Amino acid sequence: MGEMIKVGMADLKLCKAPNAITTLGLGSCIGIALRDPVTKVGGLAHIMLPDSKKIANNQCIAKFADTGIAELVRIMVDAGATRSRIVAKIAGGAQMFALQSKSETMAVGARNAEAVVKILGEMKIPILAQDTGDSYGRTVEFFPETGDFVIKAVGKPIKKI
Amino acid sequence: MSKIDLNNMEGVYFDILKEIGNIGAGNATTALAQLLNTKVDMKVPKVDLLEFSEVGEAMGGEEQLMAGIYQIVEGDISGSIMFLLEEKSAITLISKLMGTPEVDNVSEFGDMELSALKEIGNIITGSYLSSLSMLTNLKIISSIPAISIDMCGSILSVPAIEFGEVGDKMLLIQTQFSDDMKLDGFFILVPDLESYDKILGSLGM
Repeated sequence: MGEMIKVGMADLKLCKAPNAITTLGLGSCIGIALRDPVTKVGGLAHIMLPDSKKIANNQCIAKFADTGIAELVRIMVDAGATRSRIVAKIAGGAQMFALQSKSETMAVGARNAEAVVKILGEMKIPILAQDTGDSYGRTVEFFPETGDFVIKAVGKPIKKI
Repeated sequence: MSKIDLNNMEGVYFDILKEIGNIGAGNATTALAQLLNTKVDMKVPKVDLLEFSEVGEAMGGEEQLMAGIYQIVEGDISGSIMFLLEEKSAITLISKLMGTPEVDNVSEFGDMELSALKEIGNIITGSYLSSLSMLTNLKIISSIPAISIDMCGSILSVPAIEFGEVGDKMLLIQTQFSDDMKLDGFFILVPDLESYDKILGSLGM
């Protein structure tokens, strides 16, 4: 067994088998796990917002879906992954509060999920599996060795996608 | 352009926000004491401006179970406010308030208990906001509360995303209430940047 690497909020990290990588308590944020199945080079990004171009203060590239995914792909390729083989699994994007409001922020989970699917589509990175939406938080663990993406939620059975 | 840059907040602005945190938490304590009809003491609140990645840790870990009560703030300022209560504290508080034995697990809470927690959050954030409103002479209205009981990190993602649109840090006010019981509570106030200007402006800054 390798070690478990931890990714924080608005953070991304590289992970090579046999190591595994995790991010705790995804709410409306999205965890994007990428992997090259041949070299078993992987990585995980914990993004908060869909689009860096809509926000003036955007130096933190791991905070946004567009810049975060691009950066993760770049460091994976640097570490030996082949760009065309990279595949994705995603989780998160929950709506944590059922508040009746016109505020855009409340639907940010759904917006995040939508943006991530669109960006991965544009980058021609296939999404093998996803567990998004609903109203509960998720802890995820990703194993580049097998490609397993394990999802844990409070009071729910552990799920493997 | 806003005067405030959350990532490079000058000492004096931070001090003012801290002081508002102090006064607000003080009023919230009084409200809690009246609600429970007991004496409640409060430790001096800790006010921190934290990186997103540090906030979960500061509250006892991203996977710590918490109850979060969330309200939208409107009026002269706009944003949101959240009151978070650690699992154990939520259980103690509900048992005190409803005169029932303490449950082992928050998942045992029914609609009644959740509704009571929401109301507690509403009263506490309400007293916090009214002190802010009095200090600044700004009209502040809060929406009906919504509640989530989940991992701390997941609940925090909601205010973090709001902060994320303006900066890379978030303002956390940590309050410990105590009496014959010890309660750990946290406030997160998320005004938009213009509202920071209004708050500070109305205080003559």
